[in-house]
Amino acid sequence: MIADLIHFFTTNWLGQGIVILAQCLAVTVPLLVAVAYMTYVDRKVWASIQLRRGPNVVGPFGLLQPFADGLKLVLKETIIPSSANGVLFIIAPMIAFMTALVAWAVVPFDDGWVIADINVGILYLFAISSLGVYGIIIAGWASNSKYAFLGALRSAAQMVSYEVSIGFVLITVLLCVGSLNLSKVVLAQSGWFWNWFWLPLLPMFVIFFVSALAETNRTPFDLPMSEAELVAGFHTEYSSMTFGLFFLGEYANMILLSALGAVLFLGGWMSPVPYAPFTWIPGVVWFALKIAFLLFVFSWTKGTLPRYRYDQLMRLGWKVFLPVSLAWVAITAAVLQFGGWLPKP
Amino acid sequence: MLLQALAFYVFAFVVMASAAMVVVSRNPVYSVLFLILAFFNAAALFVLIGAEFIAMILVIVYVGAVAVLFLFVVMMLDINLTQLREGFLKYLPVGALIGVVLLAEILLALGVIGGDSTSLTALAKAGPQVQAVDNTRAIGRVLYTQYFYLFQVAGVVLLVAMIGAIVLTLRSRPGVRRQRISDQLYRPKDQAVTVVKVPSGEGVR
Repeated sequence: MIADLIHFFTTNWLGQGIVILAQCLAVTVPLLVAVAYMTYVDRKVWASIQLRRGPNVVGPFGLLQPFADGLKLVLKETIIPSSANGVLFIIAPMIAFMTALVAWAVVPFDDGWVIADINVGILYLFAISSLGVYGIIIAGWASNSKYAFLGALRSAAQMVSYEVSIGFVLITVLLCVGSLNLSKVVLAQSGWFWNWFWLPLLPMFVIFFVSALAETNRTPFDLPMSEAELVAGFHTEYSSMTFGLFFLGEYANMILLSALGAVLFLGGWMSPVPYAPFTWIPGVVWFALKIAFLLFVFSWTKGTLPRYRYDQLMRLGWKVFLPVSLAWVAITAAVLQFGGWLPKP
Repeated sequence: MLLQALAFYVFAFVVMASAAMVVVSRNPVYSVLFLILAFFNAAALFVLIGAEFIAMILVIVYVGAVAVLFLFVVMMLDINLTQLREGFLKYLPVGALIGVVLLAEILLALGVIGGDSTSLTALAKAGPQVQAVDNTRAIGRVLYTQYFYLFQVAGVVLLVAMIGAIVLTLRSRPGVRRQRISDQLYRPKDQAVTVVKVPSGEGVR
């Protein structure tokens, strides 16, 4: 009986399809719950920075607040402006939300816990994260509104600029690992927590984190939706669940880039101390803790820093991060080559 | 195998259809969006033949960067479509000629004309076995050894193009006040701040 079942799920195409579907659900459902609670944690963190209580009315400690918000967004009316481009107006939030979800296919949660263990995992993540900008540009254009369009243009220029330095960060990491497979990136960082790449590649970790802020349009780089000048930027014209998808996509993207940061620099599922009581804790818990830490820093910066001016943003991206990361790629390559630390193929 | 063939035909059909839509669609923004769809499906075709590195690079470079800038420009330009359509028939023979040349090159590469000596399959035998190493490594091995000089030349060509673009667009406008971060940082404290004792009821003059 059990042998039959194993046979069905490993060889039959229907069985394999069911397994793949189950794997996808096993990733996306916890992810969506995490997104919902990330909005709650975000508000709680800002609240404590500003000496307020934050959401505390709906449910115990306000824990049901995300669901109340979601329900409100679903029940509101979707307004499509009469001069907007209807099809693209609807497609844009879907793209924004979908690109944030499909990237999770290659993220390793634990040793072997990955949906698609592909050889070009880093490149896949980089490719998908560079697609998120389309949701924003298309939204800005399809809204047929000045504010939305200006927000979209800002976002396009900003994300393209910071992708360049993220690309160089990824190159240094893959130089140290010798593989583009994300599981191998984590395995290359085994041992004590000072073996993780955050210490040997500290400047790149800082550049990665700041670029991640810019890539997800978060404070201090939230110019695409700066409310002081552009109403709400690219999603000015959006309402109800079309807005909701942008919002969820933004948070899912934040969690994704935190996961990428955890995999590349904080040792993924590795425990910080490679000895008994710590290694008993499952790797997925360590991974979640590391993501949670990076997400807390995201909220912390949002609660603390003022917004950049646009030319300062571009200056930082092109004149500071690009030369520094380019130099660091050369330095890393030289150290690996002449120090004899080049990873074995 | 059946599934793979099916996937190939779906992707190939979408590539062809969206490439046609790039040319015929009336709105230039739609053209760029169809171009992106074509890039995507071409990347999927690369994945099907096992060239995952090229597929990812296609998505990163063309979809993630080049097409974003296309879209950026096309959305900002006020393009008059009827003016664009006027030249369509005039330039059709030129376009057709380029198409024929590209087709001939592909046929030459596949060895349909000119025999096996010029074909890519003959050249591919010189490279590393793709099955033995993953194809990122395989490309690296030939690119930085066998084709090293060509690779460098390609880099120089790109550099020249980049410098050209900068020279064409750089203009120094007089009378524009720019922020000089280094000047700001080098300004000493005594020039930046004055401490004033404010007498009550009079204010600062």
